[in-house]
Amino acid sequence: MEKYEVRLSGSGGQGLLLAGIILAEAAITEGKNAVQTQSYGPEARGGASKSEVLISDEAIDFPKVRNCDILLALTQKAYEQYNEGLKEDGILIVDSSVAVDKNETHKVYSAPITESAVVNLGKPMVTNIVALGTIIGITNMLTKEALEQAVLKRVPKGTEDLNRRALSLGYEMGENAKI
Amino acid sequence: MPSTLVEKYFRTEKLPQIWCPGCGHGIITRSIASAIDQSGLDKDKVCIVSGIGCSSRAPGYMDFNTLHTTHGRALAFATGIKLANPEIKVIVITGDGDATAIGGNHLIHACRRNIGITTIVYNNNIYGMTGGQYSPTTPKGDKGTTAPFGNIDKSFDICSLASAAGATYTARATAYHANLLTTLVKNALANDGFSLVEAVSACPTYYGRKNKKGNAVEMMEWQKNNAVNVAAASKMTQEQLEGKFLIGEFKNKPEPEYTSEYQKIIDKLAKGR
Amino acid sequence: MKKEPRLMQGNEACVEGAIAAGMRFYAGYPITPSTEIAELSAEKLPYVGGRFIQMEDEIAGMAATIGAALTGVKCMTATSGPGFSLKQENIGYAAIAEIPCVIVDVQRGGPSTGQPTCPSQGDVMQAKWGTHGDHPVIALTPSSVKETFDLTVRCFNLAEKYRMPVILLLDEVIGHMREKVQLPEASEIEIIDRKRPACSSEEYLPFKPEEDLVPPMADFGTGYRYHVTGLVHDETGFPSNSTKVADKLIRRLVDKIEMHKDDIIQWEEENTEDAEIIILSYGCVARAARTAMKALREKGVKVGLFRPITIWPFPEERVLELAGKVKSIIVAEMNLGQLVLEVERLCNNITKIDRVNKVSGEIIYPEEIAAKVEEVL
Repeated sequence: MEKYEVRLSGSGGQGLLLAGIILAEAAITEGKNAVQTQSYGPEARGGASKSEVLISDEAIDFPKVRNCDILLALTQKAYEQYNEGLKEDGILIVDSSVAVDKNETHKVYSAPITESAVVNLGKPMVTNIVALGTIIGITNMLTKEALEQAVLKRVPKGTEDLNRRALSLGYEMGENAKI
Repeated sequence: MPSTLVEKYFRTEKLPQIWCPGCGHGIITRSIASAIDQSGLDKDKVCIVSGIGCSSRAPGYMDFNTLHTTHGRALAFATGIKLANPEIKVIVITGDGDATAIGGNHLIHACRRNIGITTIVYNNNIYGMTGGQYSPTTPKGDKGTTAPFGNIDKSFDICSLASAAGATYTARATAYHANLLTTLVKNALANDGFSLVEAVSACPTYYGRKNKKGNAVEMMEWQKNNAVNVAAASKMTQEQLEGKFLIGEFKNKPEPEYTSEYQKIIDKLAKGR
Repeated sequence: MKKEPRLMQGNEACVEGAIAAGMRFYAGYPITPSTEIAELSAEKLPYVGGRFIQMEDEIAGMAATIGAALTGVKCMTATSGPGFSLKQENIGYAAIAEIPCVIVDVQRGGPSTGQPTCPSQGDVMQAKWGTHGDHPVIALTPSSVKETFDLTVRCFNLAEKYRMPVILLLDEVIGHMREKVQLPEASEIEIIDRKRPACSSEEYLPFKPEEDLVPPMADFGTGYRYHVTGLVHDETGFPSNSTKVADKLIRRLVDKIEMHKDDIIQWEEENTEDAEIIILSYGCVARAARTAMKALREKGVKVGLFRPITIWPFPEERVLELAGKVKSIIVAEMNLGQLVLEVERLCNNITKIDRVNKVSGEIIYPEEIAAKVEEVL
């Protein structure tokens, strides 16, 4: 049985809730089961934000992450807060702005996710899509095609090209990070 | 032997009503029935809603679709009825405590929405059903069982409150001026939006007795002698108006009604399909 | 043709279910974590000719819902703990005046403002005893997004069938989580409409029950001019001071549900045949319990799961039967012990009753339940 417990963390306003939804929808496209949950503070922007996705071939009972396989941390605060929950052989994916502890024992992949959204694409709002591309590029937990299909279903009309580019950019960064 | 009006619009088997001898509520209720009659409304399409209190017992005697709700909430129930079926002519009968204290929030928001509800506030300046406690319309200084040393609260002017909150028709009459009251309720019923008519009643049992206002007849005479029509008032000096209160139409300014605005959304979406 | 499976949020499934069941009116007030139910109702209702209104407060939301129900439409309102408290006044009105309507309570941490964005199951007793006086309660509690759809439909059906307010007791986890669901086709959904009078308006007695103890209900505006009050009333609908009338009315309201318990009560059980220990839980916690049960079964522990779907009226008979066969019933719930009181009342001398409780604002974890099972083994 293949099962992934994914935690996407960062700050409010980075689009991680939507990223979680897209990831779950991509899993459904592939015929898998998926559950997405979130937790948030009262603030709509800026506070710590976390979106969790469970993906499995089988029925999913407990809906929250308990043994995190993959942690995405886009901010230092998110890394410090959630790294503890990542299991021993879990994968840590951080934005390059995050300073990883020198005693970090997890397998770490660092990529300039927020920077490339701003610099290469000129749109900070696609940070979440770049991040999803990066996760898939690194883990291959779902196909790029399924992810693209899910992204295009959710993004606003007229932004399809931008999001396709964001996804490819992230995916490449992910593949490169593995080398 | 009941009159033809009473025969036609009242559940005569439920009469006599519970109100005290000398209470103004009976006259006001008859005026409403008369206004409904003159407006030519279909009894089956009229719904009368009330809250809790002396006035709120009125719908039980009236032969329409009638709903006696919880304290203060008549307008909120009525809003549901009107929005769910705008074809129903919705009338709310409420009292001063019901409408402006516990139901004050519902009142201002019903006014603000300009929803097609005609509200008649029976104002007897006291909580009668519970035995004479002061209400938001008890004049400052007057007594109630909970204001044994005189009420220190300022009182509400219900019509000004409703006008300011957005009601598109507001008016006041008294139990004494029953014919005027009928006309004003009729005009209120003709307004598509939210209308409020304050009907000054008299409670000889509690308010009158507590405040030495005399018997029922004397209280009616007080209404007769102290009410000034708005038209006449405009020609009077401040001095002449001292101690008087205004009756007549204060606002009659139709604006788009809430449920028809909602219907526009439904129609627009249906066309867009 | 089956509908495509899709990712859906619990609160969204509630609205989908409501509209499928025939909801055409919603009145409410914004409150976390139920707000999506209001938002989606506002968006979807006008497309089906229905109406939405955001009222000035929670009390008014309940009142408008009842008013609309009297015109013959199917109505719903949704809220969370603080709003549920405010709505109790008019839930009582709906109970005595026998108004069909659905109230959704997406439970969050309390008391008072408590923990607005965190899950809880602290309103179980409020659902039963929240308003004053004796009255029957039907409350259903789903533990998945798909079940939220199904039970919302069922809430409407029960409300219509038994002429009373019915409560859908959701929790923040189920309300906000998204999972894969496959909604049924319209033709597969059973829809029940309230009984309307078959007699003329002259003969109509609005509160005269038929054999099933449910009086037929006429729509306001259709020629049956009748009176509805929150006072104790006789079969004509008019208030009565008679002690006999009061006794008869209140007993009938309660008997109406007692008589149809078998139709109303639903539950789910797993691995109870050979179980030595049963975990009793509901809502999102039942999912933790199932995870715990599966892990324990792999270790050879004979543990089963009992999940009330209808939480009120409580599935007494079945719980009593099971109690006679097991060493312990462990009630796991996100409060300091509410439904467990019902289990204790029933089974105290029959089996040992243990508790797993949590009020931190987090869901109970499977390992917390598993630890309790191993402790009582």
